[in-house]
Amino acid sequence: MNSLIPLLVAAPLAGAALLLLGGRALDRIGPWLGTLAAALSFAFGAVLFSDMLGRRAEARAVHQHLFSWIPVNGFQADVSFQLDQLSITFVLLITGVGTLIHLYSVGYMAHDERRRRFFGYLNLFLAAMLLLVIADNYLLLYVGWEGVGLASYLLIGFWQHKPSAATAAKKAFIVNRVGDMGLSIAIMLMFTEFGSFAFEPVFGAAGRASEGKLTAIGLMLLLAACGKSAQVPLQSWLGDAMEGPTPVSALIHAATMVTAGVYLITRSAAVFNLAPDAQTAVVAVGAVTLLFGAIVGCAKDDIKKALAGSTMSQIGYMVLAAGLGPIGYAFAIMHLVTHGFFKAGLFLGAGSVMHGMDDEVNMRHYGGLRKYMPITFVTFGLGYLAIIGFPGLSGFFSKDKIIEAAFAKGGTEGWILGLCALVGAAVTAFYMTRVMVLTFFGEKRWQPSAETGEEPHPHESPSVMTVPMVLLAVGSVFAGGLFTLNSSFLKWLEPVTGHAEGHSPLQPLTVTLLTTLCMLAGVGLAYLMYGRSPVPVTPPVGSPLTRAARRDLLQDDFNHAVLVRPGSGLTAALVYLDSKGLDGFVNGLAATIGGLSSRLRRIQTGFARSYALSMFGGALLLAATTLLMRSV
Amino acid sequence: MNPVNYLYLAALLFTIGASGVLIRRNAIVLFMCVELMLNASNLALVTFSRMHGNLDGQIIAFFTMVVAAAEVVVGLAIIVSIFRTRHSASVDDSNLMKL
Repeated sequence: MNSLIPLLVAAPLAGAALLLLGGRALDRIGPWLGTLAAALSFAFGAVLFSDMLGRRAEARAVHQHLFSWIPVNGFQADVSFQLDQLSITFVLLITGVGTLIHLYSVGYMAHDERRRRFFGYLNLFLAAMLLLVIADNYLLLYVGWEGVGLASYLLIGFWQHKPSAATAAKKAFIVNRVGDMGLSIAIMLMFTEFGSFAFEPVFGAAGRASEGKLTAIGLMLLLAACGKSAQVPLQSWLGDAMEGPTPVSALIHAATMVTAGVYLITRSAAVFNLAPDAQTAVVAVGAVTLLFGAIVGCAKDDIKKALAGSTMSQIGYMVLAAGLGPIGYAFAIMHLVTHGFFKAGLFLGAGSVMHGMDDEVNMRHYGGLRKYMPITFVTFGLGYLAIIGFPGLSGFFSKDKIIEAAFAKGGTEGWILGLCALVGAAVTAFYMTRVMVLTFFGEKRWQPSAETGEEPHPHESPSVMTVPMVLLAVGSVFAGGLFTLNSSFLKWLEPVTGHAEGHSPLQPLTVTLLTTLCMLAGVGLAYLMYGRSPVPVTPPVGSPLTRAARRDLLQDDFNHAVLVRPGSGLTAALVYLDSKGLDGFVNGLAATIGGLSSRLRRIQTGFARSYALSMFGGALLLAATTLLMRSV
Repeated sequence: MNPVNYLYLAALLFTIGASGVLIRRNAIVLFMCVELMLNASNLALVTFSRMHGNLDGQIIAFFTMVVAAAEVVVGLAIIVSIFRTRHSASVDDSNLMKL
């Protein structure tokens, strides 16, 4: 049975190879071939999952050694896999949601000439992410990590004829490189400290390492997680990544990319548990990001960018929970899975709306779409209710648990984190209601297309697109309740991540009530602002905060002022030093010698007799010197 | 006869040869002046040999003659070939190698 584990990666990888190398012969069946590869991987995952369910909780983790990658004395790098409860959860999420997104893309990309290549990239994305979550050592995880970065670059820049898409792809890649550097440094630190980078020896020996070393490793891992999961301060790529086709956004936000950082932190629990300073950094990053993303999400008029801000904020919740230690790991992963359902559903819904509205993304040009796209409206609405934490839906259970755990952290820290999470819940409800109202309710504010001058004719998408949306909506509704029933998800993950009950200063019921109140306040405020009065088609000037949030809270201006400008200044100074200093010296030397030589050259007149004269002169001089020396 | 007189003669011949080399333009004359200088030094060498009573100077004089003979062969050939191509034996005209 364990021999199925490598096939999880092999199926989408083979699909990618076939589609990218197969040539035009596969153009027609390409999309279905890619979907089949993803579905096959999901089938393998499901078989492995049922096999795992049949074993006792302690015996569920299995290892599969494939081959020795770099066998050197004192350095052993293997391609071997570890499938435990945490990995299989990710495998099922990645392949399940991934397959649905593949299916949706068949319809969404039906008119794109390069769709064979698109599906090849999607398969590559899945393969890299699967490798990341089933690797049993950090080096192999790093391979998957880089593969995810490459695939996201290819997909964000898929419409490379648009300069904005090409730039966004480069930005995502470069920002990710900063995080990747953190991961590579963490791996090197682990190797020098523990002599290995496989999970088991590292986690086993973590107790013997000094706290300073563990903090350093933890902070480097956090940097890596920040890059992949778009956390402050490496968050700037996520908004621009919306330049890619919408299914790519769904894949990045729900299943494959931004979840990698949360996985890394949860997987490295043994390191973080022993490094309280690193954990504090993790919760700080999570808390800041969840508010940052929520504020950005409130100001965006582009439906995809509003959802991107929302992802940033929700991943902030997960990172916050993961930073809380054993009281939060399981809830971080639970929120990750439920978020995977509703965020994928929301993005696919947004794609469906764009599909019907001639690729219009500005929500101020939508309005009143619920009559024209009933299925999209219902599925998007269920995703909306799930993400704001409407009682009974998925997001309610998972987010509530995180807020509770944040309070349970204890002390002032617990109060600060808990209040941040509560405020975040209110703001989430506000911006999601805004998206919902602007898109589906109110009057039509449709604008004629700039190219054809025709009004858009919104219509429901084909069933190949609506079926995945319906399935994801079902997940958004029921997943949370299913996981919370009997604390089944908690018990499932406990052997891997461990679990501890925190001591909350507030009763669980109080937290739930507070969360629900905050959510209702957010919904109410958004309804008052956007539902009661007509929405202007051109955005009002807005307060300074709104204007800053429209510019992503000045993240790019900050990066430009703090990193780009000093960087280019330094480069200019170095170029100046090189061209004036070093080159000046060398060129000056050459010019001096050149000038001297051209003056010396004049001596060579070409008259043989003048040479003879100088010979005689020299000989005379020699003779005179000799005589003089002898006489002295 | 005092051998020093031979040295005076050698010095005189050498000076004549040297000034000839520096002053004259005709390659043949120049060549003859070089020969004059060589033979002046031969004379000085033989005189020294005589003055010191050993044969070293005479042996070196023989060497000089052999070298001079070889030089004449090569040198005259060059001069003839230059004259044929450039129709002039003036050393001032042959400055093709100048930059």
